[in-house]
Amino acid sequence: MKIIVAIKQVPNRDAAVRIAAGGKWIDENDLEWAINEPDAHALEEALQLKEKHGGEVVVVSAGPERVAAILREALAQGADRGLHIVSNDLGARDALGVAMLLAAAIQPENPDLVLTGLQSEDLGLGQTGVILAEVLGLPHSTLILHIEKTNAGVKVKRELEEGWFQSIEMPLPALLTLQSGGNKLRYATLMGIKGAKTKDLRTVSAAELGVDVAPVLTLEQISAPKKQKSTQILAGSPKEAATALVEKLKTEARVL
Amino acid sequence: MSLFLVLEESGGKISRPSWEALAAAHRLAPAREIVALVIGAETEALAAEAATKSVGKVVRVEHTLLAPYTADGFSTALHQLIQNQGPTQWVVFPHTYQVRDYAPALACRMGQVLIGDVTGIEDSPVFIRQLLQGRLNGSYRHRGDGPCFVSVQAGAFRADALDAFTNPGPAPIEVFTPTLDSAQIRTRPGKPFRESAQTVDLGSAERIVSVGRGIKSAENLPLVAALAQALDAELAASRPICDNGWLPLERQVGSSGHTVAPRLYLAIGISGAIQHLVGMKGSACIVAINKDPDAPIFEVADYGIVGDLFEVVPALTEAVKAG
Repeated sequence: MKIIVAIKQVPNRDAAVRIAAGGKWIDENDLEWAINEPDAHALEEALQLKEKHGGEVVVVSAGPERVAAILREALAQGADRGLHIVSNDLGARDALGVAMLLAAAIQPENPDLVLTGLQSEDLGLGQTGVILAEVLGLPHSTLILHIEKTNAGVKVKRELEEGWFQSIEMPLPALLTLQSGGNKLRYATLMGIKGAKTKDLRTVSAAELGVDVAPVLTLEQISAPKKQKSTQILAGSPKEAATALVEKLKTEARVL
Repeated sequence: MSLFLVLEESGGKISRPSWEALAAAHRLAPAREIVALVIGAETEALAAEAATKSVGKVVRVEHTLLAPYTADGFSTALHQLIQNQGPTQWVVFPHTYQVRDYAPALACRMGQVLIGDVTGIEDSPVFIRQLLQGRLNGSYRHRGDGPCFVSVQAGAFRADALDAFTNPGPAPIEVFTPTLDSAQIRTRPGKPFRESAQTVDLGSAERIVSVGRGIKSAENLPLVAALAQALDAELAASRPICDNGWLPLERQVGSSGHTVAPRLYLAIGISGAIQHLVGMKGSACIVAINKDPDAPIFEVADYGIVGDLFEVVPALTEAVKAG
């Protein structure tokens, strides 16, 4: 089975983010980056499928030069090949523009399965995978926790709201977007890191792929959210703050 | 020009997030231009319920192949309907798991991109949605011609505001039968199931102490459990804690877990990603303990302590016991 995993590099979860001059995006200087968590689960699911059924796992990511770091990380964890779509102005594209870029790179590979995370931790659009399925003409399902290969295709476990789940069967090729937490992520071994150095990591420029579409949506401005409530911050030592909080919960909020 | 509003069913009735989406739709178009859609194999009762609200018309998008839900069935049926009904300016959805599964594909078929998980609509119009797990807001604008697809975050618009609209009488109801073939539906969905029997009822808890990533490891959980016990509260968690198997899934609060509204909700080491906030922001009193003063959880908290939970939580347990 040939599996393509589309992964994204996002600001590290704990990184402090500042709005850049101009107010259109965050200041990317000195930012720490990481692989988008649901994408890491998509990669893990792909590696487990390969271990069971054989085949090849190809990781693809779009973005500037820094993106190569997560592709190398994926290769160290066990992916066989990497494909870096080099683009310095990905932010100027909307989700359709990004999906078309990914589709142009993925199509010639003729994969059996395309996996990605259900949404990114930065833009949080949660739709690049679904659009990619539509552009590639593949059946899809979202919020997947587990994938099982069957004779006819795949059987997947999909998360529904409020603690419910559902099994869905579909033929291959197909596209699935993975939810976090369905599998346990692996760390790259020393051997893996060494081996990754000789693995094929190809670059292709966005211009070479030749898919330029005018965006339908534009992100005009970013801003700090307005507070929905006025929060009383209780200062002092942990003991002082705790005592003050208990007092407030008793006399002001009347919940104790 | 019209506005299509997609309504969803829950337990035989139109779901609450659907009515919140109607409240958002009223920001975009006058009620008479709103066409409410009910989709499925049997939609008569839902259509009758929708017709009592402030909408111009209700359309039953009905076909035996539209139950159970499939992305292929819903995208194809709605695509046909939108093309059939003349110029459309807006297509509005509640931002549910189901909508997330097909609306981006539907929009793509029409050369459009869904503006998903919208929390606010400002003039002209500009759509507000959250970025970086709720740490920032983004203002989005739709360009060019063609319908604009918008899905609305649960809890962002108030369904009770709809009561202000008075209806002269029930809206007219039409039926639209899409052309569907079983070969167009490529996925075969099974019946929804739950994993295990429920042993706690977070929904009816008066007080909840909830723990997140900040707790670092399962070995530290007794710290929080002791506070919950002192407060006579149920112990709950954000998603990563249950993903790691540190607490059972039935104790998870958020969009993929339970929605709770206790009198007191204490969030410990929880940054407050939107998936968590939607499950607890209706709580009467919210307390947040977090080391990051910019964590989004403080945006919904009534009281906050900025500090190391490993120092604050034991101090709080002592203070509760002493009080």
